[in-house]
Amino acid sequence: MNTWHEVTTLEEIPPLGARVVTTKQGDIALFRTAEGEVFALLDRCPHKGGHLSQGIVFGKKVTCPLHSWNICLDDGKAVAPDVGCTRSYPVKVENNVVYLSLA
Amino acid sequence: MKKMKLVMVGNGMAGVRTLEELLKLTPDLYDITVFGAEPYPNYNRIMLSPVLAGEQGIQDIILNDIDWYKQNNITLHLNKKVAHIARKNKVVVAEDGTEAEYDRLLLATGSSSFILPVPGKELAGVVGYRDIQDTNAMIAAAEKYKHAVVIGGGLLGLEAANGLALRGMDVTVVHIMPWLMERQLDDNSAQMLQSALQAKGLKFMLEQQTQELVSDGQGRVKSIRFKDGNEIPADLVVMAVGIRPNVALAEAAGIYCNRGIVVSDTMQTYDPSIYAVGECVSHRGTAYGLVAPLFDMAKVCANHLARMGIAYYQGSVTSTKLKVTGVDLFSAGNFTGGNETNQIVMHDVTGGKYKKLVLNNNTLIGAVMYGDTKDSSWYFQMIRDGKNVAEIRDQLIFGQSHLGNAGSQGQNLAATMTNAMEVCGCNGVCKGTIVKAIKEKGLFTLEDVRKHTKASASCGSCTGLVEQILASTVGGAYAPQATTVKPLCDCTTHSHEEVRKAIREEKLISIPQTMTFLNWNTTNGCAKCRPALNYYLLCAWPHEAKDDPQSRFINERANANIQKDGTFSVVPRMYGGITTPQQLRRIADVAEKYNVPTVKVTGGQRIDLLGIKKADLPKIWADLDMPSGYAYAKALRTVKTCVGSEWCRFGVQDSTQMGIDIERAFDHMWMPHKFKVAVSGCPRNCAESGIKDVGIIGVESGWEIYVAGNGGIKTVVAQFLVKVKTHDEVMEYTGAFAQLYREEAHYLDRTVHYVERVGLDHVKKHVVENAANRKALYARLLYALQGATNPWSKENINVCEFESLAI
Ligand code: SRM
Ligand SMILES: Cc1cc2nc3c(=O)[nH]c(=O)nc-3n(C[C@H](O)[C@H](O)[C@H](O)COP(=O)(O)OP(=O)(O)OC[C@H]3O[C@@H](n4cnc5c(N)ncnc54)[C@H](O)[C@@H]3O)c2cc1C
Ligand code: SF4
Ligand code: FES
Repeated sequence: MNTWHEVTTLEEIPPLGARVVTTKQGDIALFRTAEGEVFALLDRCPHKGGHLSQGIVFGKKVTCPLHSWNICLDDGKAVAPDVGCTRSYPVKVENNVVYLSLA
Repeated sequence: MKKMKLVMVGNGMAGVRTLEELLKLTPDLYDITVFGAEPYPNYNRIMLSPVLAGEQGIQDIILNDIDWYKQNNITLHLNKKVAHIARKNKVVVAEDGTEAEYDRLLLATGSSSFILPVPGKELAGVVGYRDIQDTNAMIAAAEKYKHAVVIGGGLLGLEAANGLALRGMDVTVVHIMPWLMERQLDDNSAQMLQSALQAKGLKFMLEQQTQELVSDGQGRVKSIRFKDGNEIPADLVVMAVGIRPNVALAEAAGIYCNRGIVVSDTMQTYDPSIYAVGECVSHRGTAYGLVAPLFDMAKVCANHLARMGIAYYQGSVTSTKLKVTGVDLFSAGNFTGGNETNQIVMHDVTGGKYKKLVLNNNTLIGAVMYGDTKDSSWYFQMIRDGKNVAEIRDQLIFGQSHLGNAGSQGQNLAATMTNAMEVCGCNGVCKGTIVKAIKEKGLFTLEDVRKHTKASASCGSCTGLVEQILASTVGGAYAPQATTVKPLCDCTTHSHEEVRKAIREEKLISIPQTMTFLNWNTTNGCAKCRPALNYYLLCAWPHEAKDDPQSRFINERANANIQKDGTFSVVPRMYGGITTPQQLRRIADVAEKYNVPTVKVTGGQRIDLLGIKKADLPKIWADLDMPSGYAYAKALRTVKTCVGSEWCRFGVQDSTQMGIDIERAFDHMWMPHKFKVAVSGCPRNCAESGIKDVGIIGVESGWEIYVAGNGGIKTVVAQFLVKVKTHDEVMEYTGAFAQLYREEAHYLDRTVHYVERVGLDHVKKHVVENAANRKALYARLLYALQGATNPWSKENINVCEFESLAI
């Protein structure tokens, strides 16, 4: 079962931007797309651990700031031809409040 | 909505590339059906030569396997040749009766080997050289028979001959012309090529016309007889005398053909619902026989099939490389010349090197090289760009490495490198890895190689080398794109110039507005185009366009440099490299208070605090109370100075003060890339002004200004721009040059790349010769800088950027 943690409000994440959430499992990056969708990934690039939260967000992807791999926000997979995957976490937005599950 | 039906006839390289481009643009617009006369899915036809030579197997050259068609929901009919197009009902019918309706039809039928109409042409053992079947027939013959004759001394014929010789046959090449590859080579280079191939064991008979192929009595060829009565044994005859576009199908359907299927610049035939691409096409009277132009056509055709309707095909300049291992040969453009042209030739008979450049006025229009082709990509790029070479003309023949280039670009001969040798130092990629990826994955462009191997994807200094490897692996299939028309990124077909022009002329002031106006094919761009657009908007409309932090690289968003562990570095400005005990004390205090792990003196005459947590940045800036040094930004970085006339026994000008004044005046200046300046007090040049974007050197009677130097990836010495007398003139000329660069350079081009593109004469015309223009440029820069403030000051800090959340 998912335990939802209230994290922040939608307004607190800039569109096409990200916020970092510090948790017991490590830093998690919360991304917001132009359409207002929110995604959560472990803040570690599958390449060499770059902080994805610091990248440029476009469509449903983020470009890692260290060596420009593109990572899909919905499943954490690197865009081909790069291969690798970073952990993704369930998120929901209700009445503009963002909830994150660490399950 | 019901999908439209797209049918493609011809499952070859041009057609499938068009589908790939189309699926990239609109994956769901069409139900696609493909007919292919061959029993194979799309394969890399040009690699038939390495297959024949035994360097690769058939299975290695498949480009799109059956699964690819499945994954993209394409109905694939292999082994089915389309026999008829019923244009009225919009249906195609294959020989076996299979039918398919279309809304749009794409003809990509390629061409066939031209078979000489001589007696005996139908005998067993007589083949063309076009497809897997031909190749297999040749391989089988080589196992059983001894004597092979290849008719045709062109590209294809020589590759066939080489392959057969490697398979142990005794090969004679018969050619009707006085020298080999007459369409690509002049007599000198052809002679060198012939000698090299003779050394490999091939025999040649030039200026010979075939009269008849003689049968052995059992239906197989046994010899070949020439017009002059001569006869030589032949168990295998390969006809490589040219190709004929496959137009019969189109012609029978009443579509206008003239040696090829005639198409417009949008790849449309005379029937608006029928498109055609590839070797079967005649575009502006030309039929192409190399894949690079076909891929350009594919892009344009896909653009129109996707209903974007903005791309035009305007013809291609092609180049040739022979894919025979150990032979280095290149030709491009018009190499025979004419009345208006002149030539630069270098011919070293003993050394086995030959180079001919053909120029029209000061533009390079053609090149032939034999033996040493390491500069071929460089020359080819200049031919395609129509670049004015007046300034480098006297050194042109010696190649790129001769032009004061200390980097690794073009220094090594790609062909002589072993597979284990490293090509890309940044990503540790060896030659073997690149060659393997090109062959196995069917890569054709630099961009492809970058994506798959990472070679030249970082600093880019090995780009030339990677291009050479690509060119020598895929032959003429490789074509560098003309830099002037290169799209800004995959999200658009528009070039940097076109985008900047639209922003200026249509007064676009935001990123979404620009993307909509220019039909971007993504909703919010990518990490390549957004930073470029953000800069172009700010540059064109200062004080009006609003900065978009989310379209900036993290460094410019956080006003500090991200490090490999995610911490940041802080470099405060020390104008002109001058500091004070108070400043040093403050830096020391901050370093202690925040446990800064490393304090380093940078190469830019100031101090770097490294290993700082992002959340601490605003506090550190406040404690330092010094302005940002922009060490992270595409902006004015440092102004390096020497001690100058205030102290130095040789100094003739006060370089320190000049440096400080420049750094203060041009602080906060956003630019296409970083911008570095140095000022030296005398020609001993202790501030290293010779390798800066602007380098200033004090002399007795004033100041010399140099521009477009670079001390980075490849060292380039700055070029002399002008000599001036006064302090104010230095400011005005420096500012005007900076503004010209800001307005005209492509995003991420340093001044060296920009000036290389437009030419120093262009810069002189705008900055030196035309005083009114210089003053206007300078005024525009000062206007843009008005009111700019330190990004580290409290009111400029966006708290949200630095604070993290917690659960
Ligand atoms: C800190 C410093 C090295 C040092 O410890 O001395 C440095 C550090 C970096 N340089 Fe540099 N460069 C430093 C002086 C130089 C110099 C020397 C100079 O400026 O006199 C050069 C050659 C001069 C030139 O630029 O022409 C130099 C040529 C480069 C290049 C190659 C640029 C090129 O166009 O070829 C890069 C890569 C790039 O910009 O794409 C680069 C990139 C970098 C980056 C920003 C790499 C990155 O993208 O993260 C490094 C940032 C480290 C950091 O976070 O602090 N750095 N870098 C120097 C800072 C000077 C300063 O005070 O601002
Ligand atoms: C041995 C060899 C080496 C080469 N080397 C190079 C090189 O180094 N560099 C370079 O740039 N180019 C090279 N080329 C040329 C290059 O391969 C061609 O330019 C390219 O393949 C043409 O692509 P296309 O799609 O127009 O035609 P093709 O690739 O020939 O595809 C056309 C397809 O349509 C099929 N077809 C025809 N009619 C019908 C019909 N009615 N119904 C169904 N299917 C039909 C054909 O069977 C064929 O499969 C080489 C060619 C050969 C043969
Ligand atoms: S500081 Fe410059 S030279 Fe040193 S590792 Fe980084 S980019 Fe390379
Ligand atoms: S760490 Fe993300 S791309 Fe290298």
